[in-house]
Amino acid sequence: MRIGADRDRCIGAGMCVLTAADLFDQDEEEGLVRVLDGAPAADRERDALRAARLCPSGALAVTDGA
Amino acid sequence: MTTAPLPELPGMPTARPAGHPFDPPEELAGVRPLARIPLADRTPGWLVTGFAAARAVTSDPRFSTRSELQRLVLPRFGMPDRMPPAPPGMFLQADPPEHTRYRRLLTGRFTVRRMRLLTERVERTVADHLDAMERAGGPADLVTAYAQPVPALVICEILGVPAEDHARFNGAARTFNDPAATAEETDRAWQELYAYLRDLVAAKRSAPTDDILSELTDSDLTEEELVNVATLLLAAGLDTTANMIALGTFALLLHPDQLAVMRDEPAAVDKGVEELMRYLSIPHTGQRAALEDVELEGHTIKEGDTVAVSLAAANRDPERFPDPDRLDLRRDAPGHLSFGHGVHQCLGQQLARVEMRAAFPALLRRLPDLRLAVPPEEVPLRSEADIYGVEALPVTWGPEGGGR
Repeated sequence: MRIGADRDRCIGAGMCVLTAADLFDQDEEEGLVRVLDGAPAADRERDALRAARLCPSGALAVTDGA
Repeated sequence: MTTAPLPELPGMPTARPAGHPFDPPEELAGVRPLARIPLADRTPGWLVTGFAAARAVTSDPRFSTRSELQRLVLPRFGMPDRMPPAPPGMFLQADPPEHTRYRRLLTGRFTVRRMRLLTERVERTVADHLDAMERAGGPADLVTAYAQPVPALVICEILGVPAEDHARFNGAARTFNDPAATAEETDRAWQELYAYLRDLVAAKRSAPTDDILSELTDSDLTEEELVNVATLLLAAGLDTTANMIALGTFALLLHPDQLAVMRDEPAAVDKGVEELMRYLSIPHTGQRAALEDVELEGHTIKEGDTVAVSLAAANRDPERFPDPDRLDLRRDAPGHLSFGHGVHQCLGQQLARVEMRAAFPALLRRLPDLRLAVPPEEVPLRSEADIYGVEALPVTWGPEGGGR
């Protein structure tokens, strides 16, 4: 599983951090998404997918791959 | 392209079912996910009631929030059928890229981490107001004693608005959401608030303090933009969380088993707040205008058409939330639409969460025998307001005799 984030699309709502604070953060200045762990263990897949689904601006992508 | 003909309602329903003040108008459930409705000017419009369709519309850049493109869904006294463009800085009624410029100036101020740093400060404000309620004794109006002042003090502090000026802007903020207000009254309220914030921003410019308005004086916003951004943030912080705290407490008082979950299960508080937001959907209706022809649920929404989005109906869609009309604080189903969806999703949502996560359990633990001081059917509801809630919530506590 790989997590990608598009900071141009991000609107800083914080849903990803709220859902999985070990995978996502917001930078101090702009409040936009930073991926903390772009290739997390399989047991984090549910929260990663949930964060992507909840993202209001469609800024997150979770894809298969090692 | 057209598939099955769509159901049509005679107008946007607003009446809550008798005896069920927390449920959306009954007609909405019968027309999921999409229906036709006449708009305020009797031209044909669209009504979205399904969860997936509501998410699709609110996150699609082909749908605009610009006010000059919308037709009113419901008549408002004295309002023209077509609105002028929103003034610069009112970014809820702006599309990207204009919207993006304003929002980017603010997102860093409302992050999850920054808002969580306010938790202790919010808890102290909550405790102060509970102290005052206990000192005064019941009965009390929970709206004026607790639900309004707590979020008001917090947003004032973050923005840098002196809390002692509360009386000067609270009336104006309430007028914006009062459907009984005439266009003239709403206009006057905006002007009053604008004048107040213009003076305040000027003061911040000459003597900056540690707050958002002071920081914004350092941005590339014009004076007019800055004052309008300040107006939007203040109004958004005053009349939203306040309604959630009061209406949410009313709902919990009528669902004692769920009240016990909020009071006694710290691990359930976060999910419980989300569930109350889903169940109550206080910003019950949004709207968009199509910038081009868009396919939705097998039907073509034509360029220029106005689409009403019932967030309340979408939050009760059984395809997304099983047994949707049941208030279940342990429900693990994030993603309600009460903060909206798409690029306009609530900027202050992490602040609202911090406030609600503090306010509900503290109230119920401090006053474990909190109860209504009037029969539930006598609680006055904001039935016609853009943000649903209660006008007042008479409550009491302590030994019988203090109230009902």
